[in-house]
Amino acid sequence: MTNNRVGDEVILKGEQITLSFGGITALQSVDFSVKKGEVFSIIGPNGAGKSSMYNVINGFYHPQHGKVIFKGQDITHLKPFQIARLGIARSFQNIELFKNMTVLENMMLGRHIHIKYGLWASMLYFGPGRKEEVKHRKRVEDVIDFLEIEHIRKKHVGTLPYGLQKRVEMARALCLEPEILLLDEPMAGMNLEETEDMCRFIVDVNTEWGITVLLIEHDMGVVMDLSDRMMVLDFGESIAEGTPDEIQKNEQVAKAYLGDSEGVFLGR
Amino acid sequence: MAADTFPKLLMERAKRYGSGKIAIREKDLGIWQSFTWQEYFEKVKYFSLGLISLGFEPGDKIAVIGDNKPEWIIAELAAQSACGYGVGIYQDSILKEIAHIINHSDAKFVVAEDQEQCDKILDMLEDLPNIKKVIYYDPKGMSKYGDDILAHFPDIVTAGKEYEKTHPGLFEKNVESTKENDISWICTTSGTTGLPKLAMLTHKNLISMASNLGKFDHKYETDNIVSFLPLPWVGEQMIAVASSLLFGMTVNFPESAESAQADLREIGPHVMFSPPRVWENLCASVQVKVMDASWLKRAVFNVSLPIGEKWSEYKFAKKTPPLYFKILYYLAYFAVFKALKDRLGFSNIRSATTGGAALGPDTFKFFHALGISLKQIYGQTEIAGISCVHKDNDINPDTMGQPIPETEMKISETGEILSKSPAVFSGYYKQPEETANTVIDGWLHSGDAGYLTPEGHIVVIDRIKDVMSLIDGVKFSPQFIENKLKFSPYVKEAVTIGHNRDFIIAMISIDFGIVGNWAERHRINFTTYTDLSSKPEIIELIQNEVIKVNKGLPENARIRRFVLLYKELDADDDELTRTGKVRRHYVEEKYSEIIEGMYAGMDSIKIDAVIKFQDGKTSTIHTVMAVRNV
Repeated sequence: MTNNRVGDEVILKGEQITLSFGGITALQSVDFSVKKGEVFSIIGPNGAGKSSMYNVINGFYHPQHGKVIFKGQDITHLKPFQIARLGIARSFQNIELFKNMTVLENMMLGRHIHIKYGLWASMLYFGPGRKEEVKHRKRVEDVIDFLEIEHIRKKHVGTLPYGLQKRVEMARALCLEPEILLLDEPMAGMNLEETEDMCRFIVDVNTEWGITVLLIEHDMGVVMDLSDRMMVLDFGESIAEGTPDEIQKNEQVAKAYLGDSEGVFLGR
Repeated sequence: MAADTFPKLLMERAKRYGSGKIAIREKDLGIWQSFTWQEYFEKVKYFSLGLISLGFEPGDKIAVIGDNKPEWIIAELAAQSACGYGVGIYQDSILKEIAHIINHSDAKFVVAEDQEQCDKILDMLEDLPNIKKVIYYDPKGMSKYGDDILAHFPDIVTAGKEYEKTHPGLFEKNVESTKENDISWICTTSGTTGLPKLAMLTHKNLISMASNLGKFDHKYETDNIVSFLPLPWVGEQMIAVASSLLFGMTVNFPESAESAQADLREIGPHVMFSPPRVWENLCASVQVKVMDASWLKRAVFNVSLPIGEKWSEYKFAKKTPPLYFKILYYLAYFAVFKALKDRLGFSNIRSATTGGAALGPDTFKFFHALGISLKQIYGQTEIAGISCVHKDNDINPDTMGQPIPETEMKISETGEILSKSPAVFSGYYKQPEETANTVIDGWLHSGDAGYLTPEGHIVVIDRIKDVMSLIDGVKFSPQFIENKLKFSPYVKEAVTIGHNRDFIIAMISIDFGIVGNWAERHRINFTTYTDLSSKPEIIELIQNEVIKVNKGLPENARIRRFVLLYKELDADDDELTRTGKVRRHYVEEKYSEIIEGMYAGMDSIKIDAVIKFQDGKTSTIHTVMAVRNV
């Protein structure tokens, strides 16, 4: 899978990140670096700190120690909306969409950071507000086309099946035009066909649009197939980082998953 | 010069309308994008020249596979304009079928819609020695393919523009040289037996058919049609290509197969031709919506529908209803039918036709009740799709209507329907023996048993080989019984058996969506299709439907026993043709175990079966099916 898609430039970097809640340490001196154009997965047993890592990256939590660096800029203490504006979008483990709004409305909302017109302009039907709205709608439609959700464009999100809601959430994140997309268990609860579709979309987002993808996922087949590199977390510590091949051979990783080093745990 | 071929027709349309009239609309990015006749013409022109620049020679063939998009017919017309022709392949075909059609037709170029279709072709490239180029028009996901054999549709158009600079006037010369008796397109026949056959249709076949049909079923240049049925099907060729070019109608392409219903409503077509399956699904979807509606709406519907059905009976009998009934009907029309028509996208519909298989009389009545003048069309691929149609004021749901102009029809001594017209095809590709068996002295042998009514209407009983008799000599038409069963919204497909047997049995596959919905409302838990169809409550539900059907059948030709199949009948398993007709003999063979069990009087039958997916994977099912007596 390695080709000119992945550059040498490190787009996102974590340095010695430590996050604790009271006495509990969620993350302990975690280092990682993600290259531009990569699919980078974070795996680990339940409670290893994967989602906490995402929350640190997108500014929801601020670590006690360490730094998150995005394209050379320290973003550790920025607020989530500032980070979104820089180009880091995410989807959530539990779907966080506006259930009573349509797919289109949810997605247009995803454009909010790009909307420049003010309150007054937005109240007028004509003028710059309208012109901009058309521009944003175009982008939203590109995403709709890309993720093949034309048929549900005007459906209320709450009425959609789970698999489609997951797809809509990814769609909304893409409407931000991010440079990095954080996906939190995009395949959870999906059947085989939906999983395969989602894989295809992730590959396409990465290769066609050149978006760097961070992925948390429990389906090992998917992770091993899609990822260029990955990091393994265990009890808040990073125990390994490398290509899927390297990780599969890593005994410490096997231990974290199985309790001992026996067996081939990450095979398909 | 009279425009007697499609390329000439297109050129003439482009000259007459230029940029002043819309030829094609495609919904893309949520907006209906329009192309004028001039733009349409130019796309065909440059794609055609582009093909030539890649080495397409006169007489070469292309194969097209993909959903309905403008590129599909552009490719078709471009091949014709380059003095070649081609064949359409159903987009859900399995690999074996695709390989057979491409190899058998000697196609050199394949126009494949997207990644999915390209993958199918690339996977079997070794088995397709003739292929020179695979041209795709949906670039999504294609950027990582480095294959030289692949090309993007717009690049071919650009190449065509370049080619014109060095070869000015070539396209016009090519178009000029097309002749009416040239092959224009190959339509695969649905092939209720074995692999599809390739029926070659000439320009004259298709144009004469479209113009003769137009004399009975008028079409105008202001008409809109929505092209959502598979283009390899002769019926869609007839409307979206032949009739639209001949009458200058605007063809609209939906955004995706899933959104076709909503897109249809946005357009509100004037003309629609669909196989029974589409009408049946529409009818079923209305019935389901009614079940889910509030009690008041349901009550209004249930009062209105019988009035509408009575209205259609008056119409079929060509009687004028009494004044009080007219008032009653118009009340029902404005209360229910008008809005319902709009919801279905039929506000503008003028010409609604069904063909390809028989449509149950009850479904027929339903649409006439709504005020949609649904008409039956009859014909074979081999006669460019059409030989008979109902005239506007002479509709009888039991018949196929009357022969269109220039068409002669008669019944042979064996009771077979024969027809003769300028639209009779020029033969099966590379199968002269088959052709000789089908067309004898210019008469096309349909294989359908039928008779002529005193009014000159054709009545089709069934396929000759499908008309059956019980061991005591009672004749029955399985299709007739099956259509009655299929009118129930819960029944998706039914197969009845009884030839040389003591009594009639039925194998029924339920409609997963609708029955699933019913089960949910009745708090019945289920997991898969197989599980659902083995639930006693569901069997009970279907049993009641069978009893209803039996009431409408003669005493000695009723269904005595039935089972619910553990899976839906599927074209991928060769049980249906691509147009959705049951391949009866294959099904009988495949389920012989079940059938024998049912005649042996068993009350339950154990099944270990293998099912096949589109990508060639298989999986097995183990289940027990219960047999019910009625």
